[in-house]
Amino acid sequence: MSLFILTFLNGMTLAALYFLVAAGFSLIFGLMRNVNLAHGSFFLLGGYIGFEAAAASGSWLLGVAAGFFAIALVGMALQVTVFRWLAGQELRQTLVTIAISVIAADLMLAAWGAQSYQFDMPEIFWGALDLPGLDLRYSRYRLFILLVAVVIGVALWLILNKSRLGLMIRAGVDNREMLEATGINVQAVFVLTFGLGAGLAGLAGVIGGTALSLSPGEDLRYLLASLVVVIVGGMGSVGGAALGAILVGLADSFGLAYSPTYGVVYTFVLMIAILTWRPQGLLGRA
Amino acid sequence: MKTAYQNGTALALVLGLAALPAFAQDTIQFGAIATLEGPFAVLGQEGIRGVEMAIAQFGGTVAGKEITLEVGSSNAQPDTAIAAARKLVEQDGAAIVVGPLSGSEGLAIRDYARTQPGVTFLNGASAAQDTTLRNPAENFFRWNPDGAQWVAGLGELTYNEMGYESVAIVAEDYSFPYTLVFGFMQPYCELGGRVPERFWVPLGTKDYSTVIASIPQDVDAIFVTLGGSDAVNFLSQYQQAGGDKPLVAGSITVDQSILSSRGRAKEQLIGTPTASPVADTNTDAAWTSFVSAYQEQFPDGLPIPSLFAQEYYISTLAALTALEEVDGDLSDDQAAFRAALSALELQTPAGMRSLDENRQVVTDIFLSQIIETDEGQLVSQLISTVPQVNQTLGFDRETFLAYGEVGRDNPSCD
Amino acid sequence: MLVLALVLIPTIANDFFLVQIFAQAAILGLIALSLMLLGGWGGIVSLSQMSVAGLAGYTLAILGQSSMSQSLGSNSWLAAAAALAVALIVGFGIGLLVGRTRGIYTIMITLAIGVAVFYLANQNYAIFNGFTGYSGIAAPHVLGVDLRAPLPFYVLCVSLALMGWAGVAALGRSSFGKALIATRDCERRAAAIGFHVGRHRLVAHTIAGLLAGLGGILLVWFNGRISPGTIGVGPMIDILIIAVIGGMSRPSGAFLGAFVFVLLRTFAIDLVDPERFNTLIGLVFLVIVLTSRDGLLGLLGKLSKPERRKMSPRLKTLEREETS
Repeated sequence: MSLFILTFLNGMTLAALYFLVAAGFSLIFGLMRNVNLAHGSFFLLGGYIGFEAAAASGSWLLGVAAGFFAIALVGMALQVTVFRWLAGQELRQTLVTIAISVIAADLMLAAWGAQSYQFDMPEIFWGALDLPGLDLRYSRYRLFILLVAVVIGVALWLILNKSRLGLMIRAGVDNREMLEATGINVQAVFVLTFGLGAGLAGLAGVIGGTALSLSPGEDLRYLLASLVVVIVGGMGSVGGAALGAILVGLADSFGLAYSPTYGVVYTFVLMIAILTWRPQGLLGRA
Repeated sequence: MKTAYQNGTALALVLGLAALPAFAQDTIQFGAIATLEGPFAVLGQEGIRGVEMAIAQFGGTVAGKEITLEVGSSNAQPDTAIAAARKLVEQDGAAIVVGPLSGSEGLAIRDYARTQPGVTFLNGASAAQDTTLRNPAENFFRWNPDGAQWVAGLGELTYNEMGYESVAIVAEDYSFPYTLVFGFMQPYCELGGRVPERFWVPLGTKDYSTVIASIPQDVDAIFVTLGGSDAVNFLSQYQQAGGDKPLVAGSITVDQSILSSRGRAKEQLIGTPTASPVADTNTDAAWTSFVSAYQEQFPDGLPIPSLFAQEYYISTLAALTALEEVDGDLSDDQAAFRAALSALELQTPAGMRSLDENRQVVTDIFLSQIIETDEGQLVSQLISTVPQVNQTLGFDRETFLAYGEVGRDNPSCD
Repeated sequence: MLVLALVLIPTIANDFFLVQIFAQAAILGLIALSLMLLGGWGGIVSLSQMSVAGLAGYTLAILGQSSMSQSLGSNSWLAAAAALAVALIVGFGIGLLVGRTRGIYTIMITLAIGVAVFYLANQNYAIFNGFTGYSGIAAPHVLGVDLRAPLPFYVLCVSLALMGWAGVAALGRSSFGKALIATRDCERRAAAIGFHVGRHRLVAHTIAGLLAGLGGILLVWFNGRISPGTIGVGPMIDILIIAVIGGMSRPSGAFLGAFVFVLLRTFAIDLVDPERFNTLIGLVFLVIVLTSRDGLLGLLGKLSKPERRKMSPRLKTLEREETS
């Protein structure tokens, strides 16, 4: 029983981490139809930059902020220099971003080497917490990730569905010319959205790097995780990303606990099954 | 017309590039293969440092011939090691190849060696058992212990000295950790130790929380054999999950590449017993002069050379020493050179080494414990030396082979 | 002209070039050709062609001879025939699975299939021998000729590649090929004039499976081995890179791309700092993708005769495919 509860918690907290990375990917793809396979590189670069900032300033929170804002800037720059010229060309976006991620991975290897990096987390997150009512202990930090994911998820949903910016983004995707005709600078809206999505990946880099660690290859791993999450859940909806993250997180963690050898295969079989049955994902718009 | 144009380009390239490898008689071409990409990139870098050190020690020449070195990179996957070896041998014309670094790569290079009888291969640091135990290749020499040799004496130490009667095992899921775990479990189980669970995690696993949750509460300790970033991830998550079992470490988990990593995960390792072909605090003069030579040549390197630097160094040293003995004679499919290499008794930073009839090393192994120095640095402190460990761990060959190929479930430990 | 050049190459190139450059380019070209058929003409960009090749390769390793005890040790040609059959079936199966998806979703589902196959091979020891895979596999002898020797192996790979090329080119001129291109350009219109879109795509997947399987068999003979690393995400993406830098509008693109890719991967380590050669590969790829819509074929077209571009069928990729 305690293994079941711990596995469930592991799955949910892993899902929280996946959600943080995938939410940005989903935002960028689902709303702007930009396929950004360099999203994993954003995650890793954000983590490294956050690590440097945290090490220099001694503050983990500053590291989180640095990860977010630095990658938001990188994302905006990429939108202006690359994506705006490739609007509507999904295949070329895919290829260009694969090329960017190959180059980025190599340059990051040059800059930060191949060793793994771990953050010094704030003292209050360190160690394990006794779970009330259960004879179990669980990592404080992983519970914190769950909280962050919920807060960011709710905030994203509010921005997209209740704010003026969200209204503009959605309108811009549905009918760009019409929105431009009303005098709104659509390009600026898209740059902002891209920055937000990329920044989330950078933030996740610091948060995830603290829970696990940063090393070359993490970019590809989180890219794959985001792809699976977003595709299972359905692109472009916050709820879809959350649902996808929970399914994938639980599948990963229960697979590993109860069928360690093939657990990792099941995640991808799940994805294939869902895509075959519903190509647009569980909550995706057709 | 277009095809003609393309062919023209292709032909020009061929003519240009095929003309490149031109060899003077007074050089000997070395090749080195190491994992300069992927999860073991730091270890690969260390390996190449070891090769460079040995060549520098000879002043870049042996028997009046200049040593030239080409480096090939792999990513711990056997295929990339083969591609690198092919280029080194077939294009760069390497006569002697040192490498590779990891277990399954070694198995692949051994099979490749069979197809290149004119080239001599010296293992880098790969430590899967079957590379030399079963079906060895004539021209593949391993001057390095295999994984089971690496941990000779650790099973005894764990059961007798530490008093741990049952351990859970967490190790990566491929040929080298199988070998190492076999080396640990064989004596440990013989003495009466129990191993209720073995967790084989895929190479590159990041999230160990579920493995940690599944570790039975009633074991005395956890035996960990994870390399590079995998070890760091496991350790930090174990700490965060509030884990309090003592650890016993396979050699790679307490290698300097991990002991000198950033972050506090490694604190968990203080007090951990281990066995390895290196012990950081070894006071033997051969080791201490190796350490200072390393520190001088690589000021940006690790504080103390890792096991991988040492093993690549020793293999290259063996090749150069044998070359010197035969006065650089590589004629007749390197027959004289290979005979000298097989018969060599080599003084190394890890003591005296020699080869058995399968061209597999016999070497000293060091039992040690991880301590924190006054400068806050983690090092392995030598407890005792297990002298001259051979591949069959002291058994006769027949008995040892009867244990069967190492794998996820061998030995059984019932 | 081309055939003449291919015949002349062995007289000037050394063994390393024959095998490591030309034979390897022919092999990777065959696998990329299967993607060119699917992607360039069918509008189906599939990342799992390397997995099809890999499963064929594994079949060969398991049924044939290797230095692993799991191999059954049957005749090489029998094993190769079985491997081709497996490739056909897997190609057909993937066609069924991805039939309903379009555009970017096809890329994703085929990526998932590829990763699932990779992990299955990596984790399973009974059949796939896990991480280590199979090694010590040699190409067979035919009429006293050792196909493993450089020149025979070069001839084998290059002639199979030429056959694949000619076959796909002929397919493109056939009514099936025209129908496939029609389904790519406008699925609804193709369906409206009576083409059975799903069936055409399924057939394309099956033929692509055959080509990839052929490549997979040669790849195993070439490497002498196969392991999960052969079919991981990296190699899957490599095949896409090859097809794209070559150009997806015509079969020659796959081989042109493979040739350039193999040259780069082999010699980049000599041109730049050995630890930075991936940057060079990435940059070349980036420049080609950004400057040309049809890879090197497009660039060469621009260089030689700009007006000819109009004559070649316009490569209209997935860009405006709807997802439903």
